[in-house]
Amino acid sequence: MALLSVQNLNVKFGGPFGAITAVNNVSFELQKGERLGIVGESGAGKSITGFAMMNLLNAPGFIDRGKVLFDGQDMVRLNERQLRKIRGNRMAMIFQDPLVTLNPVLTIGQQMVETLMAHRRLRQDEAEFIAIQKLREVYISAPESRLGQYPHELSGGMRQRVIIAIALLLDPDLIIADEPTTALDVTTQADILELLLHLCMANNVGLILITHDLGVVCQLTERVMVMYAGEVVETGKTREVINDPQHPYTQGLISALPQQTLPGTPLKSIAGYMPSLLSLPEGCPFHPRCAYASPECTRERPSLVQYRDASVACHEVNRLHQETLVE
Amino acid sequence: MIIYLAKRFIQALLVLAVISLIGFTVQDNLAFQQGLNAGSAAAYNVETDAGFLTKYFQFVSGAIQGDLGTSSFFKEPALTVILKKMPATLELIFAAAVLVGIFSVPLGIFTALYPHHTISRLILSVSVLGLSVPVFVTSILLIYLFSVTWNILPSFGRGDVVPIVGYWETNFASWDGLKHIVLPAFALASVMLPLFVRLIRAEMRQVLKSEYVKYARARGLSPWRIYFVHALKNTLLPVVTVGGVQIGTLVAYTILAETVFQWPGMGFMFLEAVNRGDAPLIVAYLMVVGAIFVVLNTIVDVLYSAINPTVNLARMAA
Amino acid sequence: MSNSYLSPYSRFFQSDLTIGLRHHPVAFVSLVIFAILCLLAAFAPLLAPFDPFDTTQIDILNSERPPFWAEGAEPAFLFGTDDQGRDMWSIMLYGLRLSLIIGLGAVLVQTLIGVSIGLISGYVGGRVDSLLMRLADIQLSFSTLMIAIVFLALTQVVGGRAFFAQYAPFLLIVIIGLAEWPQYARTVRATVLAEKQKEYVDAARIMGFGPVRIMVRHILPNSLASIFVISTIQIANAIIAEASLSFLGLGMPIAYPSLGSLIASGFDYLFSGSWWITTLPALLLVVLILVVNLLGDWLRDSIAPQHVPEAG
Repeated sequence: MALLSVQNLNVKFGGPFGAITAVNNVSFELQKGERLGIVGESGAGKSITGFAMMNLLNAPGFIDRGKVLFDGQDMVRLNERQLRKIRGNRMAMIFQDPLVTLNPVLTIGQQMVETLMAHRRLRQDEAEFIAIQKLREVYISAPESRLGQYPHELSGGMRQRVIIAIALLLDPDLIIADEPTTALDVTTQADILELLLHLCMANNVGLILITHDLGVVCQLTERVMVMYAGEVVETGKTREVINDPQHPYTQGLISALPQQTLPGTPLKSIAGYMPSLLSLPEGCPFHPRCAYASPECTRERPSLVQYRDASVACHEVNRLHQETLVE
Repeated sequence: MIIYLAKRFIQALLVLAVISLIGFTVQDNLAFQQGLNAGSAAAYNVETDAGFLTKYFQFVSGAIQGDLGTSSFFKEPALTVILKKMPATLELIFAAAVLVGIFSVPLGIFTALYPHHTISRLILSVSVLGLSVPVFVTSILLIYLFSVTWNILPSFGRGDVVPIVGYWETNFASWDGLKHIVLPAFALASVMLPLFVRLIRAEMRQVLKSEYVKYARARGLSPWRIYFVHALKNTLLPVVTVGGVQIGTLVAYTILAETVFQWPGMGFMFLEAVNRGDAPLIVAYLMVVGAIFVVLNTIVDVLYSAINPTVNLARMAA
Repeated sequence: MSNSYLSPYSRFFQSDLTIGLRHHPVAFVSLVIFAILCLLAAFAPLLAPFDPFDTTQIDILNSERPPFWAEGAEPAFLFGTDDQGRDMWSIMLYGLRLSLIIGLGAVLVQTLIGVSIGLISGYVGGRVDSLLMRLADIQLSFSTLMIAIVFLALTQVVGGRAFFAQYAPFLLIVIIGLAEWPQYARTVRATVLAEKQKEYVDAARIMGFGPVRIMVRHILPNSLASIFVISTIQIANAIIAEASLSFLGLGMPIAYPSLGSLIASGFDYLFSGSWWITTLPALLLVVLILVVNLLGDWLRDSIAPQHVPEAG
């Protein structure tokens, strides 16, 4: 049985003008120890999908339909008390900006110990011992003295290491990392990603990596899911999706990567902007920006269909592929 | 840290100097006027020959040694008069502060957590009303209801007080003393309470939206720990500063409440001194209250930076 | 957005405040009551059946008459009479007038001083800025009411009672106005600091506009909304301050009473059963402050989101 099985997930945001669908009919599975990347522009619904896994959406967001089966339990139907037993314990989360994630008025030690104590009966010194151990695993120097420090006394990279250590505290089955390196500078990014990959592999922890950076996905994950305007447009093995993208949007994303462009030529980009969720076009949400759009695309929403090794939501995928072959 | 403290200390001294200058000018002026009235202008003129600065320094050095002149009404050193009245005021402020502390935190938290609950709406409506009723009107209303109409609580004075040490006599040691402090304390609390409830509510709502509260939930912490450890600690930091600023307002309100309830404290004494034209006592009150303000505000500022680990004292000093 | 090309001033007055008012009955009722009170105050000389300052119209034999619904009421005196035989309704109207004039006048003084200091502090910056803001901190820590009490008490003692009574309204407006400038100064300064960095200010400077023009025409409009909200709440506070000072005998004298001094003069008669002398002006005062506070709350809630850029 899959560790995580998401079925037909719909997330909506209630507003004064009726509910907006932020995540539309998303389904995927994750095996134990597997690493999945969720890619998309900001506003594509990837972070919301991540928080929905934990059933941790802030109002006015809510899960409208669908199941999130974690180890057979439906996160959507559990009550707060049952959810609390899973959150931080079996399913941990790494937030985007380490500067604002840790509580500024509590020490690193207090925040690590309280996390342990929330899930296990431990004495203070036992909890501190585990905390120090985990800090050592994320290569933080002098871990004993860090416990008494406040978050602001640490650098951004250090703080993200602490957050990774907190995620690993209770040996979870799954870590959801929401843009874990976006707020960090480039040199630190690589270290943190490497650390995350190493720790997940060493402890056989599943990882859902939410990012806008295809390079990061390439480096860390085995499978990838591309989202656009709240929908999954393509999913498959990371290597295959990157090397042979089927959906026009994925192709656009990849050709926009700097390393795909010859030196001296301008960077390619996808023309236009992602539509506002308030005013989604009819049919395929990508069709206004798509060079291959047919009349069918403006009328009918494509659903995910198996194409080669990947699943793609595109009406024109066959034609598209022939054209690229001819080229 | 040391630079910050030093700067804060120098500022406090400067403010005190300004207050003493005002006090001195008033005293100088009044002494001259009263000298004229008493027909002993000649005697005063001998002293007027001394320069302004010399006299100011005499005044300040006297003040530092506790000599703030002699009350013309009580025929006692002004400082002694004030010290005798001070416990009554401090006990009143203490009782009101306890009431505010007891009620503001739970009410503020409740209204922040359940903004749409009927009880929250009721609390907030009452708090707007509380903000709109001046403290002397509240006092009058309380007297009208509890003393005049129902006759269950006394409306003026301190009642039976029990001496403790020195000039300190307490209201909290006898049943009659307790009965006397109830109405003035509630009147004072009724104006401060709405302010703090609204403040705590606003801060708490802000904090509850923060990333670290969401992160705390993502770690599976209990709501109790999230609300009372993570959120409350961050909520109370700004409340401490506002509380510091409100000390001044509280003292001003005390004057009003003491006047309505004829509470024999410093505020009531001050107004009587104004009505009697008792200049040395007025000046002494100004000096004592000014000093209390400055000291308390400095303490609150330093305390704030001590509780708040993110305040970098070295940077604040710059 | 269709109104994006309007000047900030007209955008402020054409905002959706009027629309919001219809969906907010409490604010609407408050506004209506406030308007009625303002009209009553403005036309007090026409509406009052007696002139409380004309001693020939006062008969001590008419003193302490209860209001119309109580036993022993005199039909001529709608809300009874006070201890000196003055018609309660008339002196309440005049009291309301004085309270409102002093409240509004004080807020006007506050706004002028506070906004000027805020603009200077934010625009000049540096040592001037830190000095002014430090002063604001110190000033705030002493509380308006305390400063006003001390200042007025000293004026009364030094200048004498007759002098004081003569200039009381003026003194009240000035002292309440002076003591509350930091509120405005801080808000305006924050806006200036935020706006100063934007390109249009640079552009205006390059075009050779002087600092006064840049501040008044370009920067000030951005803090209008906040100034408006603060002012509403400050009117309530100024009225409370005036009433409190008058109650203490440090404000309007009994001969020219504001609501506060009316309450003070009636307080002594509370125990003897003439409750209306103190209760009726107190009720009027509370209603006045309450509606202003409710309007202030509503304004703050409905104006604040304007600063948040709309999504999408």
